[in-house]
Amino acid sequence: MELTREEESALKGEHGETMQMAYRILVATGEATDAERLVPIEWAHLSGVNYNTIGDAGEEFLSSLSKDARVQVKTTLNPMGFDIDNVANYNLDDNFIEKQLSIQKSYERMGVTPSFSCIPYEIFVIPKEGTQVSFAESNAAIHANSVDGIKTNKESAFSALASAITGKSPYSSLRKDGTPSLTINMKIDDPNELTYGMLGFFAGKVGNNSVNISGVGDMDRRSCKALCGGMGTSGTCAKFVFGQGTPGCEKVDFDKKEMQNIHDELNTSEKGDMITLGSPQLGLEEISDLVVKLKGRSFTKRCMIFCPRSVKEQARNLGHTNELERAGCEILSDCCTCLTPLISKDDVDSVTTNSIKGAYYLKNSNGVDVNIKPLSQIIEEETR
Amino acid sequence: MKVLVKGRAQGKILKSKDPINFLGTVDKKTGIISDTNHPLYNKSIKDSILVFPHGVGSSVGAYTIYSVKSNDSAPLAMICQKADLTVATGCALANIPLITVDSEKMESLEDGKTVIVDSDSKDLIAFLE
Repeated sequence: MELTREEESALKGEHGETMQMAYRILVATGEATDAERLVPIEWAHLSGVNYNTIGDAGEEFLSSLSKDARVQVKTTLNPMGFDIDNVANYNLDDNFIEKQLSIQKSYERMGVTPSFSCIPYEIFVIPKEGTQVSFAESNAAIHANSVDGIKTNKESAFSALASAITGKSPYSSLRKDGTPSLTINMKIDDPNELTYGMLGFFAGKVGNNSVNISGVGDMDRRSCKALCGGMGTSGTCAKFVFGQGTPGCEKVDFDKKEMQNIHDELNTSEKGDMITLGSPQLGLEEISDLVVKLKGRSFTKRCMIFCPRSVKEQARNLGHTNELERAGCEILSDCCTCLTPLISKDDVDSVTTNSIKGAYYLKNSNGVDVNIKPLSQIIEEETR
Repeated sequence: MKVLVKGRAQGKILKSKDPINFLGTVDKKTGIISDTNHPLYNKSIKDSILVFPHGVGSSVGAYTIYSVKSNDSAPLAMICQKADLTVATGCALANIPLITVDSEKMESLEDGKTVIVDSDSKDLIAFLE
């Protein structure tokens, strides 16, 4: 990768240790993605916020970094481990809370907006088409490249952080207007959001950087987020394009057999002790729709709902939070199903969810059994 | 072959035929792989020359690589077939040499062999026997 004289001197340490570290990360990123130069970015979205995932080494690293580092572009944050408003209701020890708050403080000191959301595309204004950004949250990177018309690598936690501190990112293939070399033919009739989540999970496994998807009709926001979430979980693919693609494209079917394979991999229980909704976090549209679908009924077991804080505020003003609490829901902001410390195998054996991303991490990280089914079926079977 | 993170190390190859999801499956403190379905299950990546196809999964896996280094349980160097940003940036921050190789070279890197990885040498990887 070619660096300007200024970038070269930063890499040598002439602009201080923080800049040197950031450029070392950008150079490794550039070499890994065969980029020829760095380009300016306008927005960074960081992962590596939840103490549950970054641990003591991460907490100490951020604390030390924040003494000196300041972000140079708009920078937003992924969810953390809990919602401070109701953390007392869950079995989290004081050490966890203390370390999580230290992480929050470090990011704020660096000038980061404490959005604690994995759906930045739903709560912030999307910049104009073609804008270069750096999103580390995988579902958000895929949504940005595929739906929002803005461009990002499938960043790592450190590459997005280095981009925030320098305002730059390697100009890799995903940032250019290339066409995918693989087309997935969707062969499932009457798909729901769970089907789309599994389609995404399949695409992530078979796709490399990007894929075409054909045979898909109109998709609501819930299904689109499920597709992005599933895709980001299973592989390195960071973009989808609807259509057949160019004639030379390799083709692969997503049929009943492929879907059954993914279902068998992730569905380890026929029932759940509790329900979680939101991975990615729910937006206002999905919360409003949930209220409509409930039609005054209540959940028959615990149901945790995860959404951004700003969405919870809006939902409160519309009376939705009252209605959902009446229906027995626990509404949590600033955190997410994915990698939550609030669900422990000491308390529950199995969890029902409509999220493929949530299912993967509940199974592999929380170590609980998972029962996957679409929201319509959850409401039919788990409310009265 | 390509150098993604510079450096020099000498050690024994620990080889995996499957990709590694650092966030989900590598213990931050011990470097031991906890995924029962993984070929390196119950082995520690500590002080090895870790050879594997590429990393997969969460972007936060880069923090796991940094954590194992901080806890003195990291590999001495890593060799991959395909570069992914999680591994590349994790190694960059933790100062773990990282080199990508083609499939033929990958074949020749057998588990248990002793090698020297040196980003400043012409061959990058040399067998010591």
